[in-house]
Amino acid sequence: MALTRDVIDALRKILEPDALVTSPEGRMVYECDMHTLYKGAPDVVALPRTTEQVQAIVRVCREHRVPIVPRGSGTGLIGGAMAPRGGVMVGLNRMTAILDVDLPNRCATVQPGLINLWLTRAVAERGYFFAPDPSSQMVSSIGGNVSTNAGGPHCLKYGITTNHVLGLQMVTGAGDLVWLGGKTPERPGYDLTGAAVGSEGTFGLVTAVIVRLLHAPEAVKTVLAPFATIDDASETVSAIIAAGIIPAALEMLDQVMIQAIEDGVGAGYPREAAAVLLIELDGPRAEVEAQGERCAAIAREHRALDVRVARDEAERALLWKGRKEAAGAVGRIAPAYLLQDAVVPRSKLPEIMRRLQEIAARHRVVMANVFHAGDGNLHPLICYDDRDPDELRRATEANEELLSACIALGGSVTGEHGVGLDKAKKLTLQYADADLNFMYRLRRVFDPDHLMNPDKMLPSHPACGEGFRPARPVLPPGAWI
Amino acid sequence: MAETLAPAFTGADVPDMAALRTCVHCGICLPVCPTYRVLGEEMDSPRGRLYLIRAAAEGRIGLTPSLTRHLDLCLGCRACETACPSGVPFGSLLETARGQVERQGRSTTPRLLGRLIFALFPRPDRLGAALGALGLYQRSGLQRLVRAAGVLRVAPRLAAMEALLPVVPRRADVPVLTPARGTRRGRVALLTGCVQRHLYPDVNRATARLLSLAGWDVVAPPAQGCCGGLDLHAGRLDELRLRARALTAALPDDVDWVVTNAAGCGSAMREYAHWLPGDAGVARLAGRVRDVSQLLVDAELPLGRLGATVTYHDACHLVHGQKVRNEPRALLARIPGLRLVELADSELCCGSAGIYNLLEPAMAERLLAMKIERIVQTGARIVVAGNPGCLLQIAKGVRERGLDLEVLHPVQVLARALDQGRSFGEQDLGR
Ligand code: SF4
Ligand code: SF4
Repeated sequence: MALTRDVIDALRKILEPDALVTSPEGRMVYECDMHTLYKGAPDVVALPRTTEQVQAIVRVCREHRVPIVPRGSGTGLIGGAMAPRGGVMVGLNRMTAILDVDLPNRCATVQPGLINLWLTRAVAERGYFFAPDPSSQMVSSIGGNVSTNAGGPHCLKYGITTNHVLGLQMVTGAGDLVWLGGKTPERPGYDLTGAAVGSEGTFGLVTAVIVRLLHAPEAVKTVLAPFATIDDASETVSAIIAAGIIPAALEMLDQVMIQAIEDGVGAGYPREAAAVLLIELDGPRAEVEAQGERCAAIAREHRALDVRVARDEAERALLWKGRKEAAGAVGRIAPAYLLQDAVVPRSKLPEIMRRLQEIAARHRVVMANVFHAGDGNLHPLICYDDRDPDELRRATEANEELLSACIALGGSVTGEHGVGLDKAKKLTLQYADADLNFMYRLRRVFDPDHLMNPDKMLPSHPACGEGFRPARPVLPPGAWI
Repeated sequence: MAETLAPAFTGADVPDMAALRTCVHCGICLPVCPTYRVLGEEMDSPRGRLYLIRAAAEGRIGLTPSLTRHLDLCLGCRACETACPSGVPFGSLLETARGQVERQGRSTTPRLLGRLIFALFPRPDRLGAALGALGLYQRSGLQRLVRAAGVLRVAPRLAAMEALLPVVPRRADVPVLTPARGTRRGRVALLTGCVQRHLYPDVNRATARLLSLAGWDVVAPPAQGCCGGLDLHAGRLDELRLRARALTAALPDDVDWVVTNAAGCGSAMREYAHWLPGDAGVARLAGRVRDVSQLLVDAELPLGRLGATVTYHDACHLVHGQKVRNEPRALLARIPGLRLVELADSELCCGSAGIYNLLEPAMAERLLAMKIERIVQTGARIVVAGNPGCLLQIAKGVRERGLDLEVLHPVQVLARALDQGRSFGEQDLGR
């Protein structure tokens, strides 16, 4: 769909001169997020600074029936921030202000483009933090976290993004500016905040978020335990949970991943281990000490090769840096990979790990594993060379098989990354038609003309012909300028 | 935009495809990139620039003005390299891409200004003559006249150059040999640098004095030419190679280390071997380059008391180019009475970036404003940086805002502490 001159002119009137990207090169760099397999360049990129501009953009698009794709930092893993049908991409990276910090009420109001970690940085000195910590938190935006309902290592104890969002300001697909929720948690009416968090831009464009801030814990203890087999590590996880301990985070990394991280970041994980567990406990000092001892003992009972406690904040930060930059570090092993986000019940962890190894071996693909072991959220990265079609085919097959294996064990197709373009079709594995249709009707309430982030989040709907179409044809230069 | 052009890069020195492919598009480099911080747009982020270079290498786009523009706006600060977990060598990719743009005549740099800069800066002799004239310009009152006449308003890049220059000191060279004091540890060669030599002769003298106290014989050959750093960062790779060979020939071979006190020079010299593979002499030189702070950090220095609040700005080509982060801080923190306060975003480029502030004054100004704002927040009275470009740039910001702040190189602060100490003053070194 090429944009008409009218649309461009109308957008130009709304935005500052440098806030509309129309060059082919400029549009090209917006054609994919971290899931580089799916490409679709927008016809233009708008970079608004104010809520009024966002609303005006939506109104123009609605008038001309042009698709709108929101984008934060473009770190998503599901093909969410790309434009399969072209249209207007709205980059929220210039809306990064912290509008209000309200410590007595333990909340802050921020613009959607604010980088997750920057919020914690701004309130850390006063003893607070923003709990959702996706591994991309040093770059991903809070708007993006909200739209995918992002999780992170610490969601085992603290919950995922939706548990930390009190309210949202949103320009709906219908062009209305509305507040959902607000500072006070108990409110009359429907919990629309809950419905909107994780809606992946299919309801509208978020322009402000009221988030919960938490008091930083008194003490934190981070333990690294390497194991000679993945089985020992998985069983340690089950035993820790069975002992009634809820660590702040409980992460597992396998040997392939350890090598990549050590090459890329040098976090100090032992290279010879088949798997390491990163266990973090936080809370009152006495409790943390006691639980730390207990976890260490459990790890040793399960043949841990060593149990190392981070001595200071610097060592702790380095252990986490390794974990958080894992997906980037895999670039050391392979130029491209497919990343899964499946979930299995915790108790099935040892079993699914064995299945994964077997699937990777059979399809002759290198697989690196990093995952939130505590809640059974797996992130196998299946490596491939993007110049080798056969390897891509094998990787894709392994990926599919692996997903089916998780579902067969009673799991879910996605834990925390969202659905996007990548997993939209997979929802049929998990939901009945009636469930999907109901979600579809809810989407229509917010976005009656079906312009918001088309093709994402829900599979094609027979009634309206929505569905995934691969890349649209590339426009000749100057087609619409 | 046709899908199948021929690859846009041709001939020698093309961006390395294998290196380009190590970028997994994770975006971790975005928040550390100064231009992304200012503009908030993907084309002016490391990830976006890599994507464009790769698109050109694959023939998806040509060396269009738009591509060139996004490359020109890059500071070459390499903050993205430090941040990248995948080890993408952004610096060398940028330099080769720039070289291609330059060679294929697609540069957007104003030609005359570029030519003037490259005629002056890398030539210590010419720069010296030009700066001598400038000193005259400043002292004679002509500067006041020119400023009053408003000539500079109509020529922003000329204005940037004019505003940058501090009061030019009168010439004062560092001795050819400064012998070691106390226990002798060995012998080092000192790179005196183009800008350092003429605008900050104090820095070179303090460097020699400190190194000699640390037990090093310091040799500073007078005819040593330019390191080629400016050429490298502009992608003028053949010029870089010429200068690297000439400098290798000019510096003595019988030294333990080659010391630099200008981050940009040290960073460029450490990379010589990459650009001249197989040249053993150049590789030997490159392997021996150390920043002055690295040689001083474990030395006994008779430092006296200096009651001052100081903050430290990380010069890009020290922290990212040479991974020197802790040594200057540790040295400063050793001075009795000195309080070192951390500078927020200390690793964010100040906008100097070689000659960037002359070519892209608007972006450089915005970065300088961010830097000054954060420096003021620290409450420090002295701001320290290990690179003459940063010193010039930050001093300009301080001067224009009328702030009561000193801008110094770490060795200048150390030299002051020496003066306060029981030890010999500079006169004892028998200049
Ligand atoms: S951090 Fe490295 S791998 Fe990630 S986008 Fe930037 S350059 Fe690419
Ligand atoms: S070198 Fe500096 S300015 Fe250039 S892309 Fe990297 S971080 Fe940004």
